[in-house]
Amino acid sequence: MMYGLIVFLPLLGALVAGAFGRIIGDRASQVVTSALLIVAALLSGIALFTVPYGEPFTVDLGTWIVSGSFAVDWALRIDALTAVMLVVVTWVSAAVHVYSIGYMSHDESIPRFMSYLSLFTFAMLMLVTADNFVQLFFGWEGVGLASYLLIGYWYKKPSANNAAMKAFIVNRIGDFGFMLGIAAVFLVFDSLAFDTVFAAAPDHADHVTRMFGASVSTLDLIAFLLFIGAMGKSAQLFLHTWLPDAMEGPTPVSALIHAATMVTAGVFLVARMSPLFEYAPTAMAFVTFIGAATAFFAATVALTQNDIKRVIAYSTCSQLGYMFFACGVGAYAAGIFHLFTHAFFKALLFLGAGSVIHGLGDEQDMRRMGGVWRKMVFTYAVMWIGSLALVGIPFFSGFYSKDLILEAAFAAETGIGGFAFWLGILAAVMTAFYSGRLLFMTFHGKPNASEEVMEHAHESPPVMTVPLGFLAAGAIGAGFLGLPMVSGDHAFWAGSIHVRDLAHNAIEAAHHVPLWVKLLPVVAGVIGLAVAWTMYVANPLLPGRLANAVRPVYLFSYHKWYFDELYDAVFVRPARGLGTFLWRKVDLGVIDDWGPNGVAASTLAGTKRIVRLQSGYIYHYAFAMLIGVVALVTWYLLAVQG
Amino acid sequence: MSQSYLLVALPELFLLAAGLVLLVVGAFKETAAGARLVSNLALGTLAITLVLVLVAAPDRAVAFRGNFVMDGFAGFMKVVVLLGALGTLAIAQPYLRREGIERFEYAVLVIFSTAGMSLLLSANSFLALYISLELMSLPLYVLAAFQRDTYKSTEAGLKYFVLGALASGMLLYGVSLVYGFTGTIFFEELTALYLDEEGAELPLGALVGVVFIAAGLAFKLGAVPFHMWTPDVYEGAPTAVTALFAAAPKLAAMGLTVRVFAEPFGAFVADWQQIIIAVSVGSMVLGAFGAIGQRNIKRLLAYSGIGHVGYALVGLAAGTQSGVYGVLVYMTIYLFMTVGTFGVVLALRRRGQSLEQIDDFAGLGKDQPLLALATAIFMFSLAGIPPLAGFFGKLYVFLAAIEVGLVWLAVIGVLTSVVGAYYYLRIVKLVYFDSAPEALDRGMEPELRGVIAVSAVVTALFVVVPGPILGSARVAAGALFP
Repeated sequence: MMYGLIVFLPLLGALVAGAFGRIIGDRASQVVTSALLIVAALLSGIALFTVPYGEPFTVDLGTWIVSGSFAVDWALRIDALTAVMLVVVTWVSAAVHVYSIGYMSHDESIPRFMSYLSLFTFAMLMLVTADNFVQLFFGWEGVGLASYLLIGYWYKKPSANNAAMKAFIVNRIGDFGFMLGIAAVFLVFDSLAFDTVFAAAPDHADHVTRMFGASVSTLDLIAFLLFIGAMGKSAQLFLHTWLPDAMEGPTPVSALIHAATMVTAGVFLVARMSPLFEYAPTAMAFVTFIGAATAFFAATVALTQNDIKRVIAYSTCSQLGYMFFACGVGAYAAGIFHLFTHAFFKALLFLGAGSVIHGLGDEQDMRRMGGVWRKMVFTYAVMWIGSLALVGIPFFSGFYSKDLILEAAFAAETGIGGFAFWLGILAAVMTAFYSGRLLFMTFHGKPNASEEVMEHAHESPPVMTVPLGFLAAGAIGAGFLGLPMVSGDHAFWAGSIHVRDLAHNAIEAAHHVPLWVKLLPVVAGVIGLAVAWTMYVANPLLPGRLANAVRPVYLFSYHKWYFDELYDAVFVRPARGLGTFLWRKVDLGVIDDWGPNGVAASTLAGTKRIVRLQSGYIYHYAFAMLIGVVALVTWYLLAVQG
Repeated sequence: MSQSYLLVALPELFLLAAGLVLLVVGAFKETAAGARLVSNLALGTLAITLVLVLVAAPDRAVAFRGNFVMDGFAGFMKVVVLLGALGTLAIAQPYLRREGIERFEYAVLVIFSTAGMSLLLSANSFLALYISLELMSLPLYVLAAFQRDTYKSTEAGLKYFVLGALASGMLLYGVSLVYGFTGTIFFEELTALYLDEEGAELPLGALVGVVFIAAGLAFKLGAVPFHMWTPDVYEGAPTAVTALFAAAPKLAAMGLTVRVFAEPFGAFVADWQQIIIAVSVGSMVLGAFGAIGQRNIKRLLAYSGIGHVGYALVGLAAGTQSGVYGVLVYMTIYLFMTVGTFGVVLALRRRGQSLEQIDDFAGLGKDQPLLALATAIFMFSLAGIPPLAGFFGKLYVFLAAIEVGLVWLAVIGVLTSVVGAYYYLRIVKLVYFDSAPEALDRGMEPELRGVIAVSAVVTALFVVVPGPILGSARVAAGALFP
């Protein structure tokens, strides 16, 4: 009952605001959706303290599809992993709902926005509570849809529409892999229920599939396909290009969907599928590789971006990379732990950035900010908290989770683990640098905005600062709150995260690494911040000179490694060329001329002939009747009786 | 004994008697007011007849020495035909008034023709068949020429009469052949003749007779290749009369055709099936293609009617109970769609002038939203688009054809439906997307409003409450297949 409420209250809110928003008005829509979400958030809080350590259970909602051996139910799977995700989703969503009341106050279609937000929350909750692959896919596509709608929320802006389409299309590539993965699961296990599949997974560990003349471990293949889906949703390297563009959506959307929840669905997926991934060592190595590469790549790009939201977006991308390589080395718990803490401080950073943007009259370029900390002390403070948590300064939440991930990578004692560890350390230095850069460029130094803007620069209203405070508290406290998740014995998870060898698991190993490994991430963070301080506060001319000195490197980073240009040249333009060819030559030239137009022309010709028959003379008509009779009689005489 | 005979034919006797009374009433009150009075009385007469048919015993009863039969099938078809006559007479009144041809003879002729149709549906011998067929047709010839001061109307009447006479001749010739080779003209005796013989064959001469009979009936149905009168007569006759042609006689002829082929020749499905298939395919194809080139809505509806007869005959071609069931459902639904569509045509006016061109539908959506909605319902239904009634009509006949393995016939039906959809949808496009230089008249007479509304509601809501039509059609079809 309680879990049903958690999932369906947001849907109720979405329906009320979506269908009756015009009637009940803006204010009522905001209140209804926010209130319902706060209730869901409180219930989720209860779930977090009751579910872990206990037996997982299922809440049946009804039968969905039955067709032969293919049976799918609507059911909520409640275990520790679900409980953690419920908290992440509903708490951040509730904060974002409330924050949006202030942030979107000047918008024209508030009910629509609130409805989309709640719809997204519902879909995300469906995803995390799924009991089978199909329901998981339902939520997966639902969040994709909501993301599309919200990125393109300002549909009158062409760039927003393009970004929305890009997000959808890039995600389809990932979803294609995901669907193939689900199909493969059904093929191999003859079921799509998690329980059945997970229980049968060890038996299929040695199962081999022949493909393209080579033998592939079946579970490796399935895990790999599922991970493709995760890569799309979580914006991992090669499928990451949509995430920065998604910043075209309103800032609360970025905070909720593109920082705290939807993009972490991929990490959740890998953790949920841990019973499969544990028996897919090759796929695990691939996950580690992609995660580490993304963490490093995104951090390098974030160094040079000037749009405040894009910096945070690339930071998100990078942090997701951390989570993935944690999962890749078997430390799923560390990945989920980081997901948990990251949700708070990254949502905080986005909403804080939104507060700045709001206060400066929709300015997003950091080069036109600066020196505003006096005008918005509270925002300034929470941005520091969020950044310190992101950098991993001790006793802020990010410190616990990020350090653990790096330690786990080190403790894996594999080649790929070492690769991930060192890239992670490098990324940590850069993370600290761009976080510091963001803070210093935005809040310190001389004001670069026009005097008029500075005149109007103001702190946000309480309806925005209260959620910020809540998230700031989370950014500090989530580390302590989540510590039980990463005890070496995995008791917290009660089986919802599967590790093959519980006695020698990755988390346990991570707690026993040399001291220098434990200290290195913190040192990296401090170095990064110090460099940022030197370049942007002590010596503001230095960045420009440095950029000129290593111009190619700077441009490489500034243009995001030229991924968009590359994709444009390799995929988009050939596809467009093919499309144009098919349209002009094949569709218009062949199909239309021979198909619809040809048929239409012959139809018209037939009609004209019939009309000509209709001469109007009685004797023609009578003749036709006689001919008809004669023809029928002849037919009978010759064919039937003859 | 003779009393019960009269009771079996009570509805028809009442109709005929009432027609004579109305004739006298009209003769004594030869004014516009008199015409209106006679018309209203005729409406009442038809309504009472309808009630008489509805309350009649559903059991099979034979009268007049085996010439007349009353069974569930006849009862069902009579109800449908009477509804058609009632609806078209109701919408005729305002039209005749406007055209200045409001005369009492109109209603009287409709009554006599309807009596003929009713008798036709109960015909149980070829003699009764012929007499009632002529009773039905003669008033119709006159009605086609009712607007006798226009060239078109008189031409229509004359054409219909000459070609009708030819068709009657063919029918009679066919009957004589059948009589000559079998020795009887009674349906029941014909049925019994071959009932016990395994693998009986119809004598060749009788078979030729069947072809001729089929030709005569196909003329009344307006089926290919005996359809050629329909576009000319539909266009030339006053619109109200056209509506009557499209609704009532066609249904009566269909009922008769079903009875003739199912009862006396029921044992020779394999023989007559080929005629029906040929006629059906021809009608579907010609109905679909012929309508495309039309500019006049009445001509278009003539072709549309040809096509619909073709679809209904698909059910008959199956030669099974479910096929006949499909025919009955189809014709019932067709009745409502057709009467409604003609209602719309009659309601279409600009500056008091009746309009007949298809292009005149332009701008209807703006000027008369409700009428436009009804038009859209009828057009979508005629095109056979779910969830409207027209879709289900086609569904049942095609299903019946597929059941007996005539898949290709159903495929042709579906393909011609696609072609046909073009000209129905074109009207919808004109109604909603095109605009006319001058607005159409608003408002219409209550009779028109009522008939259009009822037809539209039946057509649109059949999917919700299909029970009454489907249930009674099933019973009626069962009466022919004991």
